[in-house]
Amino acid sequence: MHNQETAETRPGEEPRDGGDLVTARGLTKHFDDFVAVDGIDFTISRGEAFGFLGPNGAGKTSTMRMIASVSPVTSGDLKVLGMDPAAQGPEIRARLGVVPQDDTLDTELTVNENLFIYGRYFGIGGAVLKQRIDELLDFVQLSERRDSKVEPLSGGMKRRLTIARALINEPDVLILDEPTTGLDPQARHVLWDRLYRLKQRGVTLIITTHYMDEAEQLCDRLVVMDQAKIVAEGSPSALIAKYSTREVVELRFAVGQQEHIGNRLDDLAQRIEELPDRILLYTNRGDDAVGAIHERGMNPESIVVRRSTLEDVFLRLTGRRLID
Amino acid sequence: MMQQLRVVESNARVYKRTWRGSAVTAFLNPILFLLAMGLGLGSIIDSNPAVDGLGGVRYVSFIASGLLAATAMQTGGVEGSWPVLAGIKWTKTYHAALATPIRVTDLVTGNLLWLAVRVTLSAAAFAIVSAALGVLEPLDVLAALPAAILTGMAFAAPVTAYTPVAKDETRLSGVFRFVILPMFLFSGTFFPIEQLPGLLQPVAYVTPLWHGVELCRWSALGFDTTLNPLVHFGYLALWTSIGWWFAQRNLRKRLQP
Repeated sequence: MHNQETAETRPGEEPRDGGDLVTARGLTKHFDDFVAVDGIDFTISRGEAFGFLGPNGAGKTSTMRMIASVSPVTSGDLKVLGMDPAAQGPEIRARLGVVPQDDTLDTELTVNENLFIYGRYFGIGGAVLKQRIDELLDFVQLSERRDSKVEPLSGGMKRRLTIARALINEPDVLILDEPTTGLDPQARHVLWDRLYRLKQRGVTLIITTHYMDEAEQLCDRLVVMDQAKIVAEGSPSALIAKYSTREVVELRFAVGQQEHIGNRLDDLAQRIEELPDRILLYTNRGDDAVGAIHERGMNPESIVVRRSTLEDVFLRLTGRRLID
Repeated sequence: MMQQLRVVESNARVYKRTWRGSAVTAFLNPILFLLAMGLGLGSIIDSNPAVDGLGGVRYVSFIASGLLAATAMQTGGVEGSWPVLAGIKWTKTYHAALATPIRVTDLVTGNLLWLAVRVTLSAAAFAIVSAALGVLEPLDVLAALPAAILTGMAFAAPVTAYTPVAKDETRLSGVFRFVILPMFLFSGTFFPIEQLPGLLQPVAYVTPLWHGVELCRWSALGFDTTLNPLVHFGYLALWTSIGWWFAQRNLRKRLQP
């Protein structure tokens, strides 16, 4: 998805059956005294790729677990596929595919056995199941590892197997909790490619991530969560337009030089962010700012002009404090 | 019922790949115990005219009937602990199962049904060994299988219930060191509990294993039971049911907070 505009301007495309797949109103989750999710509202439509973005502990996983109907809602209203998770958990789960953060594969068994056992939990019969396993192994590029044990597989392969497993029941919705955390760049791109294909086939994707590039690659629409609440909502490009500028100038100064610079730049950008190792100027005209910096005789060690990304939005919204 | 059976099926598929190790143990343990304790120690005991209270049977037959119950207990305890902890914490396959239409109650009930199969297999292995060594009559030991299986379940279910709330693996090992092993030694398997100091005898009465041993000796050797056999059966069934109920509650709390 190189053209970011496609996400928000799909002309006249309505959700195919007009149905909202997930609706949450005032959705809340407490663990004893701890408020994990604090009265959030969102709606996910059929066929879209919807993201939950946020730092660790923002409440993303708790929200996903409630949608996946494995964690009871504390209060508020949640409908998944038009059903109530508290009353119809098994019926909802029959139509979901879940890719958890930990792969939860049985490492003593083979690739094929993992898929077969999981398929049987959905009550899928032997012949159908065998055929589906063939197709899915092909789709996730693991056909040759069919009879290998899971244990020696690479992280990327295990994650692909987990995705194949989640698709065994031909789900309406695929839920992915941080799908590429811990994978190397190549494995991430292979995974994104597969997810993008699924999206094109009309599978609704719900994704949590704290990788901005992943959200920009995959999500049509996303919400940013922070401290159990939703703090922003929209397409990646709309969020960038709303919360950031078109361009960002990154200045890096020699150690010890940066402190004396800050207020001499104030008029060059709409907003200035001082990081420990560099200064960010948020402006719509990056080159003009660079020209002015040179005119003022400042000599940063490096200057980079780049487009704003979701990361700028994210950092603005959730702050730069360190969250462990 | 379908959902529970799917859990049984998945366990059986895993077992198909991993049965070898447990099969060796299932046959080797009874051979070692019956040879060493039964025939070795037993030859001294049987030749001592002062020994009374074995009901007129050879010592090896006396302990074989007790060991049948103890073997079932051991299998129930082991299978109710480590594989359950693996499903919760190590491979996390329980999390995977619960993402499907399977519910916690299906998972627990299906697992316990599967444990009944596992207990039956290890009790059957014990029965085969004791019949082959001529320690117990084949039909006698067969008659004792139901009591042994119920004994195994009276451990499998409570241990399954304890595993999700055990703080760490050390606590779980503690169950074997401080509960299962003392029961194995002092609940009538190797000697009648009347030999225990008076204070300890009531403790033995409370242990499920003693009831299982009573039932196995009754059904295999025709010994009189201390209480009505139905009371012994009922006591074991009670442990099984309470364990089954708490296993669902504790696993739900642990996996679906």
